[in-house]
Amino acid sequence: MKLKAMLIAGAMSLAPMTAHAADLTIGFSQIGSESGWRAAETTVTKQEAEKRGIDLKFADAQQKQENQIKALRSFIAQGVDAILLAPVVATGWDEVLEEAKDAEIPVVLLDRTVDAPDDLYMTAVTSDLVHEGRVAGKWLADEMAGAKCDIVELQGTTGSSPAIDRKKGFEEGIAGNDNLNIVRSQTGDFTRSQGKVVMESFLKAVGGENICALYAHNDDMAVGAIQAIKEAGLKPGEDIKIVSIDSVPDIHLAMANGEANATIELTPNMAGPALDALEAYLADGTKPAKWIQTESKLYTLKDDNMAIYEMKKDLGY
Amino acid sequence: MSAHVHSTFRRIMPQLIILIAVLFLNFLVFPDFFRIEFQHGRLFGNLIDVLNRGAPTALLCIGMTLVIATKGIDLSVGAVMAIAGAVAASLVVDGHSWQTALLGALAVGAICGLWNGVLVAVLRIQPIVATLVLMVAGRGIAQLVTEGTILTFVNPGLIHLGAGTVIGIPTPILIWIALGLLVTAVVRKTALGMLIEAIGINESSSRLAGINSRVLIVSVYLISGFCAALAGVIVAADIKGADANNAGLWLELDAILAVVIGGNSLLGGRFSILASLIGALIIQSVNSVILLSGMPPEFNLVIKALIIIAILVIQSPTVKHALYILRASAEPLPSDPIKEAKESPQ
Repeated sequence: MKLKAMLIAGAMSLAPMTAHAADLTIGFSQIGSESGWRAAETTVTKQEAEKRGIDLKFADAQQKQENQIKALRSFIAQGVDAILLAPVVATGWDEVLEEAKDAEIPVVLLDRTVDAPDDLYMTAVTSDLVHEGRVAGKWLADEMAGAKCDIVELQGTTGSSPAIDRKKGFEEGIAGNDNLNIVRSQTGDFTRSQGKVVMESFLKAVGGENICALYAHNDDMAVGAIQAIKEAGLKPGEDIKIVSIDSVPDIHLAMANGEANATIELTPNMAGPALDALEAYLADGTKPAKWIQTESKLYTLKDDNMAIYEMKKDLGY
Repeated sequence: MSAHVHSTFRRIMPQLIILIAVLFLNFLVFPDFFRIEFQHGRLFGNLIDVLNRGAPTALLCIGMTLVIATKGIDLSVGAVMAIAGAVAASLVVDGHSWQTALLGALAVGAICGLWNGVLVAVLRIQPIVATLVLMVAGRGIAQLVTEGTILTFVNPGLIHLGAGTVIGIPTPILIWIALGLLVTAVVRKTALGMLIEAIGINESSSRLAGINSRVLIVSVYLISGFCAALAGVIVAADIKGADANNAGLWLELDAILAVVIGGNSLLGGRFSILASLIGALIIQSVNSVILLSGMPPEFNLVIKALIIIAILVIQSPTVKHALYILRASAEPLPSDPIKEAKESPQ
C-alpha cells in the first residue's frame, strides 16, 4: 500500500511539469522513512498540500544528503514556487541554498535546522525538545500535587540530542518540587525491547512498589516498559504512572486501556505551519519569524484516546 | 564416560570461573541478586532475567559456533532475526495460526542461511563478505515486510513463545537450552562435529580425506539462519511486535563475542557449544551488572569494554602460558602437559 503510494509519488516527481498546475507548486525533499514518525510526516505533508490545492513534488532522499541536493537543484531547475527541506545533516547546505536564493525561491526547513547563514532560508519549523520534556515534568508535578513520588527515567540513545534535551526539560519541569525525585535513569535506546529490559531491572533494583512514576523519552520505550510492569504483577497507569513523548498510535491504545497516563505530541504536521507561512509570504510578502515552534500538545486520559488511535494508525507510524 | 565428562568440565572450566566471578560482581552491586521468587505464576528474579534476556544471544551463538568452527563467520544473523520477526508478525496479523507463523519464520531463516551457505561454499566468496550482503540488505527486506512500521500483534500463542512461561519458567530459557542440547547431541554423538572441525582446520585435506565439505558448510550456515530466525521470533514475541529497525541490531557482534569468550578460535577447528553458551550468559551478566549498578548510561559501554577486556586477557594464550609456567614451577608437572597445551585455543 505505502510502497505503491511512494512509487506513484516518485513517478510524479519525475514526470515533467504538468500544464494544468495548481496555483502553487512546492518541492518537498524528505530525508527518507527511517522511522514511523518520518513516514507519518510524509503522509501529513501530502495531506496538507492536497487540502490547500498545492501541487507537491515529493522527493525521498533515502538518508543521503547528495540525493537531497540533487532534488533541490531539480526543484530550482523546474522553477517551483517554494521548497520544503527536511535536512538529513546540519552541514554542507550553503551552496545549494545560495542557488535557491539566487533563483528567488524561498526555502523552509522542516523538523531539523542547518548550520548555514540564516538569510539562506526563510524559516525553520521545528519542535522544541526541551519544551517537550518540560511539559512532561510539569504534568507529573501537577498530577502528584505534592505527594512523594520516586521516578524512574528511560533515556533515549545516549548522547543523542532528543535524549539530552528531553532529560534537561523534564528536570526543569519538576524543579522546585522536593516530593519528586528521579531515583534511576538508564538508556533504553528509544526501542521497545530495551525499554522492557531496562524496566525489568528497575523493578528489581528499586522494587516495583517503590516506583511511583515512569518518564520515558519516547513512547516506544514506554510501551515496552508497560509489558515489563504487567509481567511483574503490577498495574501500569495505576501502580506506576507513565508519561512519555511522541504520541504514537500504540501509546494512545495503551492510554485507552488505562495503562499509560500522558504523552506529549511531537507533531508530524510540520508542513501545516510551513505552508501557512509560505502562502502568506507569496500572497503579500509577509516575512515569518526565523523559527516557528510547533505545538507540544499534552494528551492525558481525559482525551478520547481510542479516537486518536484510530485517527493516527493510518498515518504510517 | 566419566573421562568424557571430566574433559568437558576441564574445557569449560575457565568460562565457568569467569561466569561465577561476573555473577559475584552482580551480587556486590545488588545484594538481592540471587533471590528468586515465585510470583504471579512465574519465576521472578535477576538470575532468571539473565537466563531469559540472554536467550537471543545464546540461540545465535549455537549456530555461530558451528560456522566459526568451519573457519567462517555469519554477520547476517541480526538482520535475519529482523526478517524472521517481521515474517512471523505479518503472518499472524494476516490471520494465520501461530504455528504457521513460527514455521514460516523458521523457513525464511533457513532460506537466508542457505543463501549465505551457497555464497560461501559454492561461489567461494569470503564468509565475512558473503554474509555482509544479507547483514546490510536484510533489514531492508524486513522493513518491506512490515511496511516500515512496528507491526504489533495480539496472537496469544506467538506471544507465549517470547513472554510466556512453562511451569513458571520463561519459554525462551527452555527453548535455548533445548536447542543447545539438541545440536550438541547431534554433533557430538555422531562424527559430524569432528568433520566440521576437520574442515575448519584444513578444508583441502579434509576434502581429500573424503569429507563432503561443501554440503557441511552449507548446512552450518543453514543452522545459523535457523537459530537466528528462532531468536527473531522470540524477540518479536517478547514485545508483541516486529521492530524491523531495531530487532537484533548489533546482536551478531554479541554472538561472535560469546563464541570467543567461550574459548573458540576464530581460525576454526575445535569448538564447544557449551562453552559458547556460557559465554552468552557471561555477556548477559555483564549487561546485568551495568543495569543494576545504577551508573549513568554514559558509562555503559566503558564498563562493558573493561570487563570484556579483562575476560579476554585472562584467556589469552600468553597469560595462560604464564600461569601454566607459574603452576609448573610451584608443583610437580601434571601428568600430561602435551594434552593441556593442545586444549588451549589456537
